[in-house]
Amino acid sequence: MRVVIAEDLFLLRDGLIRMLEAHGFEVAAAVDTGAGLLSAVDEHRPDAAVVDVRLPPTFTDEGLRAALEARRRVPGLPVLVLSQYVEQIYARELLADGSGGVGYLLKDRVFDSAQFAEALRRVAGGGTAMDPEVISRLLARNADDSDLGRLSPREREVLELMAEGRSNAAIAQRMVITERAVAKHTSSIFTKLGLQPSDDDNRRVLAVLAYLGS
Amino acid sequence: MSSGTVATGNSITPRRRGSWAGERLLGSGRGLAFLALALAEAGLLLALTLELSFAVFVYPLLLIPPTLLAVRRLANVTRRLSGQWCGVPIPVPYREYAAPGDQGGAWRRFGQSGGQLVTESATWRDLLWMTVDSTVGWVVAIIPAGVILYGLFGMFMPAYWSPIEHAGGNNWYAFIPVTSWLTALLCVPLGIAFIALGLWLAPLFLRWYGQLAYSMLAPTKQAALERQVAHLSESRAEAVDTGAAEIRRIERDLHDGAQARLVAMGMTLSAAEQVIDDNPAAARALLLEARDASAKALTELRDLVRGIHPPVLADRGIGEAVRALAMDGPMRVLVSNELPGRPPAPVESAAYFAVSELLANVSKHAGAHQAWIDMRHERGMLRIDVGDDGRGGANPSEGTGLRGIERRLSAFDGILALSSPPGGPTVATLELPCELSSPKTSSF
Repeated sequence: MRVVIAEDLFLLRDGLIRMLEAHGFEVAAAVDTGAGLLSAVDEHRPDAAVVDVRLPPTFTDEGLRAALEARRRVPGLPVLVLSQYVEQIYARELLADGSGGVGYLLKDRVFDSAQFAEALRRVAGGGTAMDPEVISRLLARNADDSDLGRLSPREREVLELMAEGRSNAAIAQRMVITERAVAKHTSSIFTKLGLQPSDDDNRRVLAVLAYLGS
Repeated sequence: MSSGTVATGNSITPRRRGSWAGERLLGSGRGLAFLALALAEAGLLLALTLELSFAVFVYPLLLIPPTLLAVRRLANVTRRLSGQWCGVPIPVPYREYAAPGDQGGAWRRFGQSGGQLVTESATWRDLLWMTVDSTVGWVVAIIPAGVILYGLFGMFMPAYWSPIEHAGGNNWYAFIPVTSWLTALLCVPLGIAFIALGLWLAPLFLRWYGQLAYSMLAPTKQAALERQVAHLSESRAEAVDTGAAEIRRIERDLHDGAQARLVAMGMTLSAAEQVIDDNPAAARALLLEARDASAKALTELRDLVRGIHPPVLADRGIGEAVRALAMDGPMRVLVSNELPGRPPAPVESAAYFAVSELLANVSKHAGAHQAWIDMRHERGMLRIDVGDDGRGGANPSEGTGLRGIERRLSAFDGILALSSPPGGPTVATLELPCELSSPKTSSF
């Protein structure tokens, strides 16, 4: 699986390359600006791009804008955006086109390289990887929602993991329960929230995120 | 009107509604109220004259400072009414003195404050105004009322022209010699015309009167500058204090938080190093612990940075930052942003933290279901309204939150106004003078 990295800090860029290569990714290019990302994507047509939000020359949200632009140029290009901060407003912009294949994670998440690699694979496969902090803030915002209040603690846990973008299998592994049990929880969640059930993992995730974000 | 207004300026005044005639009739009545003020002024002037005339007896001199203070109070009434009734707000020109020290007895302090009163030019300008107002100024104020009364006199002429005629009066009404029913009836439309004229003149004359008062009661250019300098040095001192306190807080947070965690992390890592050969399992546990500590340190640094300068504010400016703020809260907040560009960074930051605090107040105290934020730039001012549908009755004198916001805004000559009648809705408005820079065009 070929990826392009856009990260301006040498130490982090180097670390990312080494880590991704250790997990079997091929790093086609590693650039340090938003413009560089766009030309690298044009040139290499990678399976996914890993992009830092803050890039030169403005050191603001240059990376995010470049990632969105790259997705406009190459529709469906999977991008995983990394940042020191997660902001709901940016998460929304990434999810706005509703086509999946996006990830938005805190830089801290690279500490757990296996999980990070899994998240990148998920994104490259058209799935979603939202940082747990985005999800917990979304849930905090919906604290008054009576439908959410009717979820059992177990269902709530499943909801959180699902919103992060994990598949039933991954949730089952994480919670140490069977996949059948996860499926039971998810259908119950969808009924309680009044959402259209779907077998497609990705569409399910986007529905949950849309519900929380509205 | 709203209960509780913390405004350091008069720029935010509610619009009053009323019928055309009613409002103007009220205006002419207010002219009469100014007549009453002029009478009081004459009284004070007379008192001062008497006190000076009997100065040889020394004791009357003691009455002069209290009389001058009364002059100030009365002049301030005129200033306030000029703003409320004539549409000509007059700033207060007096210097602010530090509280007198404890040295010296009561006599000395008395002499000091008396001296300050006498040497301040504003005092003499007050006296000049009172002389002008109590002799000719009041005439301007009451002319509309006089014209209306004269109109009433004409309107009811048919009722009493004949007694006047019989008493041998030489009864002319304006240009009409009233000697018969016909001429008396002619006075009716003329009287009505006079009433209309008086009503029409009322706001005009009030305004003129206000301008006359302004010419003498407003601070001179020098006094205005002195006051501004005093205000600037005060707000600068506050800004410096706030900045220093912030830096101390950041230092403390770093020292107790991230720094301490990094130290602990280093110790954990060296412990892991020591046991790695003999006990790889224990070393692994220690490494995991170190990783968690680094994650915690990052979280703390993140929160700290968010409190100093939120990332979205730096990235996108106040419009998007306030939107992000609204998104994070538990309450529904409607954000409308009509800013065509970005204010300078320090102003933007001050405005952002003010909005953040106001919004926090709303969710803590107002019991509101919904809030709204409206941002725009007009007449050289960044203007932001934060409103909610809560229970209202917010009192700016309780709690230091609003006072703190006001203080921070004042460093940029900004003001905060609060309208919070019991039962709501509450609207806080902040204004900051600033220019907007054109929006940055991204290369993508």
